[in-house]
Amino acid sequence: MEKRSRAFYVLATIFALFLVFLYGPTITIAILSFQGPQGGLTFPMRGVSVHWFEDLFRQQAVGDIWGSFARSLTLGLMVMVTTVIVSVMGGLAFRKRFPGSSVIFYLIITSLVIPSILISLGVGLIFSQSGLAVHWSTLGFGAQLTWTLPFGLLIMFAVFNRFDKSYEEAARDQGASAWQTIRYVVLPIIAPMLIGVALFGFTLSYDEFARTLLTSGSYNTLPLEIYGMTTNVTTPVIFALGTLTTAFSFLIIGLFLAIVITLNRRRSKHGSDAGQGLV
Amino acid sequence: MTDQTHLFIPVEKNDKKLSRGTRRQKGLPDAVSGWLLSLPLALVLLFFLVLPIAMIVVVSFWGATEFSIYPAFLFDNYEFLLTSPVTYQVFLNTVKYALITWAITLVLGFTVAYFLAFHVRSLTWQIVLFLLCTIPFWTSNIIRMISWIPFLGRNGIANSTLISMGVIDEPLEWLLFSDFSVILAFVHLYTLFMVVPIFNTMMRIDKSLIEAAYDNGASGFQTLTNVIIPLTKPGIMIGSIFVVTLVMGDFITVRFMSGSQKANVGRLISNDIALLQYPSAAATAVILLVTVILVIAILLRFVDIRKEL
Repeated sequence: MEKRSRAFYVLATIFALFLVFLYGPTITIAILSFQGPQGGLTFPMRGVSVHWFEDLFRQQAVGDIWGSFARSLTLGLMVMVTTVIVSVMGGLAFRKRFPGSSVIFYLIITSLVIPSILISLGVGLIFSQSGLAVHWSTLGFGAQLTWTLPFGLLIMFAVFNRFDKSYEEAARDQGASAWQTIRYVVLPIIAPMLIGVALFGFTLSYDEFARTLLTSGSYNTLPLEIYGMTTNVTTPVIFALGTLTTAFSFLIIGLFLAIVITLNRRRSKHGSDAGQGLV
Repeated sequence: MTDQTHLFIPVEKNDKKLSRGTRRQKGLPDAVSGWLLSLPLALVLLFFLVLPIAMIVVVSFWGATEFSIYPAFLFDNYEFLLTSPVTYQVFLNTVKYALITWAITLVLGFTVAYFLAFHVRSLTWQIVLFLLCTIPFWTSNIIRMISWIPFLGRNGIANSTLISMGVIDEPLEWLLFSDFSVILAFVHLYTLFMVVPIFNTMMRIDKSLIEAAYDNGASGFQTLTNVIIPLTKPGIMIGSIFVVTLVMGDFITVRFMSGSQKANVGRLISNDIALLQYPSAAATAVILLVTVILVIAILLRFVDIRKEL
């Protein structure tokens, strides 16, 4: 290997500083959430305690945190499953030529770049004018899909752009039906990438704010609840909540990564070449 | 390897002409199965994207009293908006945020992606470091904004460090609740949207092109400006589209990080919503949408998204 140039060390330093910039604030509030009962929103630490975490478990102190957490979790799972299924179907559809495909493609891009508040406003308006009930599990769900689906689909497009079609042709030549080809050949090959789509679906929904604002009805999701807290809570309890939700996000991300790694391990152990069908 | 990392590994594409459904022997025709497969997608987009936009456009012509809104075909909302100096000020401020954030995220994102793509030599390390950059994207934006408070506040870490170092005598007031904190938060939240597409394009650059540049006597800097930057343009454009549209459509970051002291178009809309002035909010939304679409149309002239995936 050739020697590292000076540029490498300069760039490595910038990269390290970038990581500090990314993670520094999160680590700071994680530390500050262990403030003593007298502590404030910044350093110095006045003792170390779990006082603020205990506060979170006292219902009256902070509002309906656990109810909103349960709603966000449910909604996240609903959005995740839907995103995976619809993205795979969409990805398969876009491998074919069909009239209208470019309209749908541009709608997906629009969905990605449209200011979130417009979705919130538009969906909210339709339902307030038609007098239908607004609920997080219907409208909030649909509104969030406009944010998660584009990511899922972009991943699927990228996956299918690299998909080696000879595997499917081999299956077809051996008499597999269209459904069998998808079920036993295509899906196993793209499975690890589907975990990625699921990760996007869940986390983007779990943290979504702007699109849920006018579409969640009378019950808040967790980000809405946290946002409400920022205006009237001036104690480290908000840091404790932030630390918990971030820890939960990390847990989810770790879980998904672990699934992918296990999948790949098991495959190589069994000598299967599934997952290798991407050229 | 793992999930999305596949997307960023340089690979040769399939020959599309050959594989595009030319050798079907049985089953439904492509048009029918394509429609059926994209039906759920089309329905979601219809009900939660197309109809809401149509509704906004319709309501933007409606009238409003203090308590209710009523169907009409008035240009009042637009007239009021387009003649009010506040509108222009707020749009100018929005464009200012977008431009400054775009410039910073571009330089920072390009540098980070360049380091990852060309200076990190093992694929495993590339994946690990890349994941480290992307993980914050999957956590809550609001929490990430809140976490700046202990840093930037009057008695925050930044001020107390600067005072103890003797750089300043009194706490800086402009650190929190200012344009500075708003842009800092934007950069913090959105640099990732530059890093990912730029890194993705860089990983596809044929390394022999760079070797060829060196062999022909180009310096590192010349290679960067004459080979790498031109080849990275599609990634830069996609990242720019993300960052510019996210910043232009934002209302929560500006509200939170400026302590409600600064305004952008998103806040204008959300204030109208809070006052139940939906027609006025809708008119502002239409103008915002038109602006965003214009910006994207200009950026899209430089890149074919479908080819870049």
